[in-house]
Amino acid sequence: MSNLAGVVFDGVVYSSWLFLMAAGLTLIYGVMRILNIAHGSLYALGAYTAATLAGAWLAAGQAAVGTYAMLAVAALLVGLVMGPLLERGLLKWMYGKDEIVLLLITYAAFLVLEDVIKLLWGVESKMIAEPYALPGNFQIGTLAYPVYNLILIAVAIFTGLALAWALYRTQRGKLLLAVIHDREISAAMGINVDRVYLVTFTVGSMLAALGGALTAPAIAVSPGIGVEVIVLSFAVVVVGGLGSLGGAALGALMVGIVRSFAVRYWPEAELFTIYFVMAIVLIVRPKGLFSAPEARKI
Amino acid sequence: MTADRTEVGLAIVSLVLLAAAAFAPQWLVFLLALALAKGVVVLGLVLLMRTGLVSFGQGLYFGLGAYAAALLAHWGQIGDAALMIVAGTLGAAALAAILGLLLARYREIFFAMLSLAFSMILYGLLVKSSALGSTDGFNLHAKSFAGLALSGGVERRVFFATSVVLAFLVAWLVHRFFSSHWGRLSAAIRDNELRVEYLGASVYRVVYINYVAAGALAGMGGAFAALAVGHVDPETAYWTTSGEFVFVAILGGTGNVLAPFLSAAIFEALRTVANQYAPNVWQMSLGLAMLAIIMFLPGGLWTLVRRRGRPA
Amino acid sequence: MSAVLAADGLQKNFGAVTAAAGVNLAFERESIVSLIGANGAGKTTFLNMVTGYLKPDRGSIRFEGRELTGLSPREITALGICRSFQIPQLFQSLSVRENLLVAEGIAHAERIEEATDAVLGRFGLGAYAAQAAGLLPEGVRKLLDVAMALVAKPKVLLLDEPTSGVAADEKFGIMDLVMGAVRGEGITVLFVEHDMDIVSRYASRVVAFYDGRVIADGEPRAVLGADEVRRYVIGENTHAAH
Repeated sequence: MSNLAGVVFDGVVYSSWLFLMAAGLTLIYGVMRILNIAHGSLYALGAYTAATLAGAWLAAGQAAVGTYAMLAVAALLVGLVMGPLLERGLLKWMYGKDEIVLLLITYAAFLVLEDVIKLLWGVESKMIAEPYALPGNFQIGTLAYPVYNLILIAVAIFTGLALAWALYRTQRGKLLLAVIHDREISAAMGINVDRVYLVTFTVGSMLAALGGALTAPAIAVSPGIGVEVIVLSFAVVVVGGLGSLGGAALGALMVGIVRSFAVRYWPEAELFTIYFVMAIVLIVRPKGLFSAPEARKI
Repeated sequence: MTADRTEVGLAIVSLVLLAAAAFAPQWLVFLLALALAKGVVVLGLVLLMRTGLVSFGQGLYFGLGAYAAALLAHWGQIGDAALMIVAGTLGAAALAAILGLLLARYREIFFAMLSLAFSMILYGLLVKSSALGSTDGFNLHAKSFAGLALSGGVERRVFFATSVVLAFLVAWLVHRFFSSHWGRLSAAIRDNELRVEYLGASVYRVVYINYVAAGALAGMGGAFAALAVGHVDPETAYWTTSGEFVFVAILGGTGNVLAPFLSAAIFEALRTVANQYAPNVWQMSLGLAMLAIIMFLPGGLWTLVRRRGRPA
Repeated sequence: MSAVLAADGLQKNFGAVTAAAGVNLAFERESIVSLIGANGAGKTTFLNMVTGYLKPDRGSIRFEGRELTGLSPREITALGICRSFQIPQLFQSLSVRENLLVAEGIAHAERIEEATDAVLGRFGLGAYAAQAAGLLPEGVRKLLDVAMALVAKPKVLLLDEPTSGVAADEKFGIMDLVMGAVRGEGITVLFVEHDMDIVSRYASRVVAFYDGRVIADGEPRAVLGADEVRRYVIGENTHAAH
């Protein structure tokens, strides 16, 4: 029984992490119709920045508990710098182009950023284990789990609720929903679509960076960590339905739990199961679980 | 029947490459062989792009073709290159025939992501399979061609020469297709599927057949690559490999069947140079080059070759 | 009854909107019929149901005795019903000639090039043959749209607002060309139209829609003069046609 609980818990942890990545991605697609491959680079930048900041914090003799703040600061920093940089510096000039072309543009940005990271941080791994180890472990049955994972789950849930509240309960959020629904009409109604794009992309970038920052303490931060993440996040977003926050949550949960079972009982199929889930969902619901209805063309 | 400019071009390039197979230094033969292999894959991609679809998962068939060829030697004890090429092409075509039934229903982002998903499924299976060498892959060594035993450094040249002939044969076929009704129909589907259905043609059927053809071409390219390198590993099915094929397709453009081979050659040449002198900025250069092409030369390098501009 | 196309009890709702509320219509072979009505009255929905783009909630549509509901647009085209579109559906990046070549190829024409040249001549599109369809003026786009629909030599031709968006002085030219191509070929033509001058000039019968129902059906003069039609379609204070 505790085995099952352990597997489910692992699944939820993985889902939380997936959700943070998928939420930003689905938001960006929903508003801007861009499937942002550079999301993976933002994730990596978040991880590297977190490692650097937390490392500097500790090196300056500060208390280990402050490293959590450093993780948050890293996420904010990367989001606020890279978001506007990418959106204003690159994407703004490309709006109106075909969706696939935009995808390729973000892919190009991703390639550039991968090497930028290597130039800035070198190729050796960076470690910042303190935030992970600090809170210690707790028990599920006979197995010990890091308390850090609970923090991850809590952050994911809080972020999800905060995003949902911001989208559905605030004035600004409703403007965003309007733009998601129909860009042209929104602009015609006087909504500053330009500003909405900037804000959306920045928030999305922050979420990706947060995903990276929170992962940094649990892994060896090294070149290429962004690569795998992108494809996984895409799978989740596509499963949930492009542009749907609830879909991202449900998709993350589905993929996370299924993967966890695979890892436990059939490890060879780990990667297989994730994409298999995506393929199955798309077969049954070609546009993902929660997708917007489409108007007729003729 | 007089040959058009492209057919002449194909013939000339083939002859040049065959001469290279015989006389060029080993390292050049290797580079050209790899470029040719990738060119064949990209030819299939271009076929799909003409139909309006961008596949981010040709690595699936490329990897399958490579492994099918290698496994023939590894398990089947068959060291014949000709059989390996057949195995790679047919194996990939068979899988494409099955997956195509599903994928031909999707478009745009979903087609791209679903094709990517399937390639990642193969990648996952290969990586976790210790029987297949997992992340290291394994070597293959072909000792004969169509029954003719080869030895002593000549094999690679013979295989390259064969792949030249085969590659330009299929390129010629694809070229004939482009200028035929089927080619126009594919372009029409890219522009307006609805109208094609209303005119009475089945869009699904055309997309399906083009998809299977592209898969077969990628499988053939995979077999070529395996023979050229002498080694296969799961990286062939990884999404970044598929991404590379897309890059090469965009670099060359979809205007002509010679374009994929031209851009593949440029790509391989640049990659060799970059690996030698600046491995840490290779991806950045790729990214910047792609942006430049998209912004300033959306039809790819081939638009520089063409004298007169014309709607594709 | 020699009705080539007949609709019985067609019902179609889109949520709260009723696009067809029990539509019964029958069309004779070789007749030229105009469908009129305000926007949202159900004309295009009717065309979309006949051509298989939409499936009626209830009712049947028969073509030469064959049931059409449930068939795809492609199957219906193969039976001999073709249509043109409100917004011309062309292959933007292909030239006018290539657009027609595609249509001829799909229709299995024996000599595709010659057939295409013939169509270019008949519709006066020769001057635009090499131009990309996406760059054409609206009137030419409309003509190409109709020309492509005629390539398959249909028995029934449905035209969805063939002159909308076209400059006033070009409308008659377009209709003359279209009707000229259709005359003597035994084709039944249904065209949706908002311009009453066009309607009265070319139609031998007019069917008026309102709110998903047929409110008038008969000779142009009678229908265009009917009270209900004046109220719901044309407008009460029509100035005299000039």
